[in-house]
Parts: sequence; structure tokens; C-alpha cells
Amino acid sequence: MSGQSQRLTVVPTVTMLGVMKARLVGATRGHALLKKKSDALTVQFRQILKKIVSTKESMGDVMKTSSFALTEAKYVAGENIKHIVRENVQTASLKVRSRQENIAGVKLPKFEYFMDGETKNALTGLARGGQQVQACRAAYVKAIELLVELATLQTSFLTLDEAIKTTNRRVNALESVVKPRLENTIMYIKGELDELEREDFFRLKKIQGYKRREVERQREASKAYAEEKLAEDMSLQRGVSINAAHNMLSQAMHKDEDIIF
Amino acid sequence: MANKPQIRTNSSAIMAMIADEDTITGFLLAGVGNVDLRRKTNYLIVDSKTTVKQIEEAFKEFTSREDIAIVLISQYVANMIRFLVDSYNKPIPAILEIPSKDHPYDPAHDSVLSRVKYLFSAESVAGDRR
Repeated sequence: MSGQSQRLTVVPTVTMLGVMKARLVGATRGHALLKKKSDALTVQFRQILKKIVSTKESMGDVMKTSSFALTEAKYVAGENIKHIVRENVQTASLKVRSRQENIAGVKLPKFEYFMDGETKNALTGLARGGQQVQACRAAYVKAIELLVELATLQTSFLTLDEAIKTTNRRVNALESVVKPRLENTIMYIKGELDELEREDFFRLKKIQGYKRREVERQREASKAYAEEKLAEDMSLQRGVSINAAHNMLSQAMHKDEDIIF
Repeated sequence: MANKPQIRTNSSAIMAMIADEDTITGFLLAGVGNVDLRRKTNYLIVDSKTTVKQIEEAFKEFTSREDIAIVLISQYVANMIRFLVDSYNKPIPAILEIPSKDHPYDPAHDSVLSRVKYLFSAESVAGDRR
């Protein structure tokens, strides 16, 4: 695509010029708006990046704590606690709810966890180590809280990444394809209109000159006629025949078609 | 945006897990586990007998299920099916790589963190903290 020489194929008229100008204004405004959107998204994106990194790091600590809590629970309640736990699984009591958040027209999901019904593991470790089991459970719930937050951030990260790419592509397209093309079209139309105007001016001049020449010619003719008429009148007054008058008056006028011989 | 991913705003979704036994036990204790009518679980316990193919299938199933919002996967398991995890690019369900007890967490292997690092190279927020 040769971006510079391109223009739209339009009829160069004043109306089209107006239309093109309106489109250029629209494109400029759209470009500015998209640029703003892209900036806003980038700001948000960087904040999310920072949060992701810090959350990922704290995730390591939280997971370590919860693993340790599990080890404690296993030590106190016996190794077979995991079988009890696994047997008790029926429906999830800890679920995730997702809702949307709108940032500059981009919809970002936001997860939050919630407890649904009471937990089935209430009796786990009843014989021994109940305290440790509950502590372990609390530790893992805490870990999930963090993980859900991290999932929100990560999903936002991916969505924003995609949105920023699309927006930037649009900004660049407007800036380097659409706007130059409209500008080129406007230039072309203006040039054509100027040319037409010059042509018109030249033609008017030409017509004016022709008219003036014509008027001059007619004036000459009428003058000649008036002179002739005057001469005839004079000769009639003196009673001289017209032929004689002719002979007398004009040596220059050799011929007269009216004279037969 | 034609290929814009649809974000469902359903009232409740569950989490899925692919991890080692201890991690799964912990999360089950917290109440994440779910068994549906066909006795299908929302978690996969990875031990020495689990094949890569099983993990792959579980991963594909969890990421295509409608009711799962987040998939937790142990990092060493994720490393086994790294190509799948890296090629996954949908926002929902979100894939989270978590550390496991026996394997230390390495941020360099994380698919999201590596992308973060790729975006911000030298003085990135990710780079100077490690």
C-alpha cells in the first residue's frame, strides 16, 4: 500500500469537498478519542501488572503456610484424614461468582468467592486433631481468597492486553491510512476546482473580447450608413440626380450594383 | 471486536484443580471439591502413576466446561503439559499456576509471568523483584 499517493475515487465537486472535510474532522476526532482510550487502558494495564507480580509473590508464602497447616493436621489427625476428606466431597460449598467491571468500554471480569451452604467437613478430625484440621481449612480458604484475586488480575491482564492491541491497531490505522487518504482526496478536489475556475475565467475573457469586437464592427457599419444617407439627402436637396451625385461625390466608390449600365 | 470473548456473569461457578494429593486434600478441606451426578470430579490428583495423557485430557475438559471459572494447576504439572498451557489464551476459565509442596515455585516458568516479563523487559516490575 503506497500510503502517500492514495486517494479515494470521487467526483471533484464542491459538495464532495464538504463531505470529505466532514469525514476528515470525524476521523481526527475519532483518532483523538481512541488515543485517549488506549492511554487509559495502558494505565490500568500497568497497575494490574504491578498487582499481579506482588500477588504472585505473596501466593508463594500463603501456599507455604497452608501446606504447613496441612502437614500439622496430618501429624495430629493421622495420615488417613485425606481419605475422609475425599469421601466427604459432594457439592462445592466454596464457589466463585463473576461479575463485570467496565474500564473505558472494556469489560473485565471480576471474581469473588463465596460460601454456599455449610461445609461437609465439620466432623472431620472429631476423634483427634480437630483444631488443627479447622486451622488447616482456614489456611486453605485464605489461599483460595488470594488465588481468586489473582485469577481476577490475570484474566483482566489477558483481556486488557487484547483490548490495547486492538485499540492501538485502530489508532494507527486512522493515523496512517485513513487520515492521509482523506487529506489527499481533499487536496485533489481543491486542485481540480482551481483548475476549473481558471478555465472559466479564461473563457469569460475570451467571450468579452469577442463581444467588444462585434460591437466595434457594428458601430463602423452604422457610421458608414449614416454618411451615405447624408450624402444622398444633400444631393436630393440640390436637385441633382442621384447618378450625377454619385459621380460627383465618390470617385472612390467605383461600383454600384444598382447602376445597370 | 469480532473475536471478543464473552464474559458470563453467572451467579456461581466452581474451581477446578490439577495438582498433587496434598494440595488437593487441602483445597477439598476448604470446600472446593465438587462431584456431579455422573460421579465426575472437578479435580485430578496427579501422582507417579498418572500419565501425561490423563493430565492433558483433564486440562482440556476443565478448560472447556461452562461452570468452571478458575483452573488451579500445580506448576510441575503445568510443566508436563507446558505446550497446552502456553497455547491456552482464553480469559475464562483463568489458569492459575500454583506452587506445590514438593516442588519450589519458579516464576520464570509461569505462562503469565513470562508474558509479563516479555512485555516489560529491563526495568520491569517483574524483573527487579526477583
